Amino acid sequence: MSDNTTITLSYAQAAAVALAEAMEADDHVIALGEDLGRGGVFGQYRSPDGQPLAARFGIDRIIDTPISESTIVGASVGMALAGLRPVVEMRVVDFALCAIDEIVNQAAKNRFMFGGQGRVPLVMRLPIGIWASSAAQHSQSLEAWFAHIPGLVVVAPSTPADNYGLLHAALESGDPVIYMEHKELWAATGPVVPGERVALGKARVAHDGNDLTIVSWSKQVHACVDAAQQLAGQGIGAEVIDLRTLWPWDRDAVLASAARTGRVLVVHEAVQVAGFGAEIAATVAEHGGAKVARLGAPRVPVGYAPVLEGQVRIDAGKVIGAALALMKR
Amino acid sequence: MTDLLSLYRTMVRIRAFEDAAEIASQGGVQAWGLATSTQPALVRGPLHLSTGQEAIPAGVCPHLRPADLLTSTHRGHGHTLAKGADSTKMMCELFGRATGYNKGKGGSMHIADFSVGMLGANGVVAAGLPIAVGAAHALKIRKVDAIAVSFFGDGAINRGPFMEALNWAVVYQLPVLFVCEDNLISATTASGPMTAGHGATPRAEALGIASTQVDGNDVEAVDVAAAALVADIRAGRGPRLLHALTYRHKGHVSVDTGAYRDPEEVRLALQRDPVERARGRLDALGRGSEAMQVEAEARAEIDAAIATAEAAPWPASDEAFRDVQTTGEGVWA
Repeated sequence: MSDNTTITLSYAQAAAVALAEAMEADDHVIALGEDLGRGGVFGQYRSPDGQPLAARFGIDRIIDTPISESTIVGASVGMALAGLRPVVEMRVVDFALCAIDEIVNQAAKNRFMFGGQGRVPLVMRLPIGIWASSAAQHSQSLEAWFAHIPGLVVVAPSTPADNYGLLHAALESGDPVIYMEHKELWAATGPVVPGERVALGKARVAHDGNDLTIVSWSKQVHACVDAAQQLAGQGIGAEVIDLRTLWPWDRDAVLASAARTGRVLVVHEAVQVAGFGAEIAATVAEHGGAKVARLGAPRVPVGYAPVLEGQVRIDAGKVIGAALALMKR
Repeated sequence: MTDLLSLYRTMVRIRAFEDAAEIASQGGVQAWGLATSTQPALVRGPLHLSTGQEAIPAGVCPHLRPADLLTSTHRGHGHTLAKGADSTKMMCELFGRATGYNKGKGGSMHIADFSVGMLGANGVVAAGLPIAVGAAHALKIRKVDAIAVSFFGDGAINRGPFMEALNWAVVYQLPVLFVCEDNLISATTASGPMTAGHGATPRAEALGIASTQVDGNDVEAVDVAAAALVADIRAGRGPRLLHALTYRHKGHVSVDTGAYRDPEEVRLALQRDPVERARGRLDALGRGSEAMQVEAEARAEIDAAIATAEAAPWPASDEAFRDVQTTGEGVWA
């Protein structure tokens, strides 16, 4: 593949291309999970030409598994200790709750608990987000749960380019990584530069502005950029920071922007109470005292009917409302 | 068949190690609510002893090679010693010292020696089973000529990962030996009334895993059974299960006297002590003096381990911040 030639890929294809490149370069990289053989339930294990990766790499490296979440993650810990670099597919983060011991007590703790005798290079793909009337058990955004756990890296890409570059970086990190793609972004297309990595822990400025800072990640970055464009029409300059990685998060970028604008709004799709936005707001308040506000979901389960689901969705209108309220403080 | 004196040596080393650790734990385990002294113990926290179960690791591990991988339970000293770990580095870990296998970060419940393929004791029941099948899966993918072994207790068979891991091992035809150390008790509750059916053997057989049930207090029987099962696995015939019936002499943790058990049951079990039985066999074979020599060597080895551990340095305080993760290292708040 020629470098530095921009190609257009969907968010799902970008991850598949990155994974295929990693598998091509290192035969210790394998993937396992339910429905991978036919290309993944969202097509995220299919090449851009539509071929399942299993057709190219074989069923020993793109592994269809039983519906055994505990053992999918637990076995991947054993695989990593025995020399492989597994990529785990959980379909939706909600199913990862069946593997919480394996993620929190095993993968995250192994290196420290055994005094550094081993490492667990493991990328766990736990897709998040509200997705087309999928109701309470297939719509959650649980990134804060994992950011709370020492030993884990937490990544939440918002664009095809980031899904490509961050997945490569996650695979190269050697750490257990919680990799959270958003289910409503799979079909989103965008430019990808083959070979271009995205560093873990480095934020991206998605929209320029000097009057307030909006910090977000994953799909909500797009609502925030939409809002920032509309706010610009009202003479309000909003800088939108796409955090990309939640642990470690780019506090330098956020604090520098906060110092310049004096106002920080954190926007996420997850429930606002004890969400990762609270961590960012508290950190900003502790460093320089910019005015802070949060916009997240109310603490209710996600409902099925569109009118119910819509109550907890974040959109540009809600972001504008929260931004204008913050500007008046 | 492994030489009985060699099997006996492993058992006696495990017994000596755990007896010494138990003494060193006196006064500790405040978390259990049974502290016997206000003096801090040398071995702190929960110390889970496998006293009475030594014949199982002693009989299984002679059939393992250094490249074979092993996962253990919270009761893992015997598995670790039998796989080839150094008793002094183990004792240093139990004492929480910098020179322990885990640099003082894990203690008894997380004892491990990755250099001999012992991938760790585990504080969560049944957690070692999926890790072992994953290790076996990796060995198969990488075409490494080695197997994985997972020790677990009868309590573990009531957790989902037990069924998931056995199913997984059959689905992918993995080189893995499951060893159920059936000591009849789940923490402090008898397993029988908590368990439907007849334990690990029929559950494994329902999934098509050939299983052997054995008197787990007869080290020679364990040795013979393990030899056959390991040979099958190495020949590529898929996973196997060894169901070893045994008895835990002590309580759940070192300061638990196990007073909830029927004294008659305990009395009868102590008559079946695997160490005493092997010693009796050696005596009958006219090898009593060799056995005495082995016992003296084990005592001397463990005395030296205790002395070394007591004199060993504590970890540097900044070790609390090391071996966590590389990405974002140095940012802890």
